[in-house]
Amino acid sequence: MANGEGVSGPILAADGRPLKQSLARALRMQKMRALALIAPLLIFILVTFAAPIADMLFRSIENSIVPATLPLTVKALEDWDDASGKPPGEEAFAALHKDLLVAVDAKAHTKLGSRLNYEQTGIASLLRKTGRHVKRMKEDGNLAAQFAKVHKGWADPETWGTVKRFSGSHTSGYFLNAVDARLGSGGIEARPDNERIYIFLFERTLFLSIVITVSCLLIGYPVAFLLATLPMRTSNVLMILVLLPFWTSLLVRTSAWKVLLQQQGVINDTLVFVGLVADDARLAMINNQTGTIIAMTHILLPFMILPLYSVMRTIPPSYMRAAKSLGATDWTAFWRVYFPQSVPGIGAGSILVFILSIGYYITPELVGGTSGTFISNRIAYHISSSLNWGLAAALGVILLIVVLVLYWLYDRIVGIDNVKLG
Amino acid sequence: MLAIGDIVPDQERAFVEFDGVQKSYDGETLVVKNLNLEIARGEFLTMLGPSGSGKTTCLMMLAGFEVATHGQISLGGRPINNIPPHKRGIGMVFQNYALFPHMTIAENLAFPLQVRRMSRAEVDEKVQRALDMVQMGGSEFAGRRPAQLSGGQQQRVALARALVFEPELVLMDEPLGALDKQLREHMQFEIKHLHERLGVTVVYVTHDQSEALTMSDRIAVFNDGVIQQLATPEDLYERPENAFVAQFIGENNKLDGMVTAFADREARVHLDGAEEIGALAVNCRGVGFRTMLSIRPERVLIAEPSAPNQLEGRVVELIYLGDHIRCRMEVAGRDDFIVKIPNSAKHSVLKVGETIPIGWLTSDCRALDAA
Repeated sequence: MANGEGVSGPILAADGRPLKQSLARALRMQKMRALALIAPLLIFILVTFAAPIADMLFRSIENSIVPATLPLTVKALEDWDDASGKPPGEEAFAALHKDLLVAVDAKAHTKLGSRLNYEQTGIASLLRKTGRHVKRMKEDGNLAAQFAKVHKGWADPETWGTVKRFSGSHTSGYFLNAVDARLGSGGIEARPDNERIYIFLFERTLFLSIVITVSCLLIGYPVAFLLATLPMRTSNVLMILVLLPFWTSLLVRTSAWKVLLQQQGVINDTLVFVGLVADDARLAMINNQTGTIIAMTHILLPFMILPLYSVMRTIPPSYMRAAKSLGATDWTAFWRVYFPQSVPGIGAGSILVFILSIGYYITPELVGGTSGTFISNRIAYHISSSLNWGLAAALGVILLIVVLVLYWLYDRIVGIDNVKLG
Repeated sequence: MLAIGDIVPDQERAFVEFDGVQKSYDGETLVVKNLNLEIARGEFLTMLGPSGSGKTTCLMMLAGFEVATHGQISLGGRPINNIPPHKRGIGMVFQNYALFPHMTIAENLAFPLQVRRMSRAEVDEKVQRALDMVQMGGSEFAGRRPAQLSGGQQQRVALARALVFEPELVLMDEPLGALDKQLREHMQFEIKHLHERLGVTVVYVTHDQSEALTMSDRIAVFNDGVIQQLATPEDLYERPENAFVAQFIGENNKLDGMVTAFADREARVHLDGAEEIGALAVNCRGVGFRTMLSIRPERVLIAEPSAPNQLEGRVVELIYLGDHIRCRMEVAGRDDFIVKIPNSAKHSVLKVGETIPIGWLTSDCRALDAA
């Protein structure tokens, strides 16, 4: 009816095409233009940001080195039962011999060694040693004994079990490792107590992040309140004081805390001078959790104050006045009228500080000592020192998932609509 | 300039009293200069004035949000200068309503009762009664948030909230400023009727003179930190005491001149346009001083030879406004002289450019201070 001719069905444009199609065509041009405008940035982000992250995440399950280096051995081990308690038969040794001849030429056996060494300590040296001798072995039907002679590890079914368990092109090994577990001959099992570290580090990271967020909130709320209620000119001056640390190098600020907090530092010296602390019982405030909490609270404080301030600025003073005129004391007026309206700022500030601190690296590295380091320090260690990128990637994925889950929980409880960043 | 004492309607001691109150924000200029004002119990008093005249500051001092620099404010005979706002028990309606956005309508109304630690049943009952009072008693409103209401509804809720704890004094700071014209006029009557029914004392601040004239028992016209005139709406319009009030309230024609003779409340004034006429001496200082004559447009008589004061006027512009015709004339050298001609069956037919005789009664022409 809408086309005025009493004909039902799709409304037609002036040229006889359906109106929907015409509209889509008209909008398509616009969309294409918009896309073309942002294309350089989009491509830049994809190439330099999204793709490396995806690649890094993929490394947490990638395991193609084993099947690529030992293709025949992997095939020969298919029928072998790693729970049997006996090493595999002669045909597996023959396959290993063939594979290793190729691998040694390409020098791939050392890489394979370091990969498998993550799962079972000692395999790296086992493979290096075998690599040196493999060319002198003879295919006389008794390769098993020759291998065992080069290194007794080949007679151990555990070695073969490791090869078999990590023979797929994808592995859960890194993730299991990241949660202090491993794939044993009997399936997934927890690591021995003295090898457990990551769950503990995750817990510590979460705990310290919560402590840092709460202390930022406790310190930042009054400051933001002051900034929002003072006259504009005064508050602008104070705002510079809040922002000044922002403009100072992170390293400088962290190092300054070292000077202040160390045992022979300014604060301890002052306390000893005043007499509050004995000279032989100086407070340990750095290279431990205290140092991490103090320094990170200071560094992340602006991220709490700024969203709080921007929300508080929008709360008209007439609400507090109205509450007081209705008979509320200053505290009641604040708690029942002002505070609920500042909750979006608290939400925004807390989520910002928490997510920033959970992945923080430099400050805990410098002032955290051993008891104040975060999971990110461990990730950095695996990336740059131990070169176990797969494990680093798995830890990163878990960290990312934890943050996403917390974000989801936050949305469920507080509601992300209630977050205002400005 | 300020006449108190002679027009306080109630005989009892004033309910609200400003005694020599001064207010300065910066220590250099006075926003309120020596304010003396008595408000009777049950009175509807409006503080009217242009922005920056000090009227809102007076209201804020009464509410307790500003501290008087000097002088004393009393409520019910008790000085309240040092009493914090929440202990004054004064209801207040704010310019933008200040309804708490995170609370429902019912919670907003319950707030003043809860902080007074009333029982739940009592709170519910009073909230319902207050909502009924402003015709918002429907069950659909109580659970809504302020943002889900229209401007007029928010206004009613704000009113109900200021009244729900039964204060004796209610302050209103331009409460109708954000409403459109029609709704504003409607709410003026509602507030007026509410005041009559409840008998509370209302101090109302506005810059809208028609609002002030409609609602008030008395109006205090503020300018420059001083009450220019405190009078009933009728007196204010009919008998302005000075040039500011005459100009500020209603439409006014002014003619400048010099007083030449002065006798028995009547002054002879020599107009700058070289004519001499008679006027009621109200606020002209004496012979030889300059004065401003004030004549209301509807009091000008056209082509009526019996009028005692006769002048020539040339019609400059005619504007047809339905119920009356607005005629701009050139009189005594000024071309902003307005005459309102009622649109009656026998009204005079004028043409632009025509010169006609105009006149007025001496009592309608008030000689005031030269502005």
